[in-house]
Amino acid sequence: MASSEHFSVLVEVRPREGIADPEGATIERALPALGLNGVSGMRAGKAFRFDIAATDDAEALARATVVAERVLANPVIEESTVTVMPGGASGTSGTPGGRG
Amino acid sequence: MAPRLGVVIFPGTNCEHDAVLAARRLGASADLVWHGDRTVAGYDALILPGGFAHGDYLRPGAIARFSPVMEAVGRFAADGGPVVGICNGFQVLTEAGLLPGALQKNRGLRFLCTTVEVRVDSSDSVLTREVPVGTELRIPINHFEGNYICDADTLAELRGENRVVLRYVDNPNGSIDDIAGICNHGRNVVGLMPHPERASDPLLGSVDGSVLLRALLASAGAPTGPPVLGAVPVGA
Repeated sequence: MASSEHFSVLVEVRPREGIADPEGATIERALPALGLNGVSGMRAGKAFRFDIAATDDAEALARATVVAERVLANPVIEESTVTVMPGGASGTSGTPGGRG
Repeated sequence: MAPRLGVVIFPGTNCEHDAVLAARRLGASADLVWHGDRTVAGYDALILPGGFAHGDYLRPGAIARFSPVMEAVGRFAADGGPVVGICNGFQVLTEAGLLPGALQKNRGLRFLCTTVEVRVDSSDSVLTREVPVGTELRIPINHFEGNYICDADTLAELRGENRVVLRYVDNPNGSIDDIAGICNHGRNVVGLMPHPERASDPLLGSVDGSVLLRALLASAGAPTGPPVLGAVPVGA
């Protein structure tokens, strides 16, 4: 029986293209007040980190994608991206995109 | 015999007693059903009331759909039993896939707590069965995520099958097509953002919600089995 390893997972959930994002729009409109001009395309979302046990990274990605698409995101209004990294303890792993 | 109404309570639900009281005053027997129960046997109709089921964690209704009682609610609905989701209950029904679409944050990002006018646009559902099309009702809303959204195909289907049962007269939250309430294909599952149980006594400022609750109880008293699918009389 294959031994299982732990993988750390980052799931990012954001409103689908074409779905209004009043939160992102409000944040974007506030930025010029700080002199921060030129920011566009702001989308507000959520990030989830967790560990998952799997035999390899392909299985980890497949299972994490099920978690993302069936629970963490509502496909009617949201889309998600899943990033899988080797090693557990997702809370201390890297933060792609600088979020966290 | 008076119809028996089950009012499903999740951790964080907060409108269950209002719903029970309103139903009892209309002559129904009404009881609470715990979300951990695996059966809804013995009830003629179910209400999923408002509140913040499971703290609205993740998304409103996202965790509640996994509560044990929801499998029983799904079977009850599949057998044609009347199920009405009010506010958070509507959100639970969409997350559970018993109704299409989703409820997103209100346009303008404001929590809305006010009384609005809604218009009955279909008399062909368990909540609007005896209510003439065009009837305007004053009913409170109380929500942050009440902005109904669905894809274009779903919207065309809802319109084509006359399944938009309630529309806002003056859209408060950005809902697509002014939708305040919809029903499923079988017309026995209805979700709406306004709170009819909060418009059930003159002391509350309106009794218009009783019109809808009475229709639900009448539907519950109807013979069991799939509801009759009939065309709505034009101009009814």
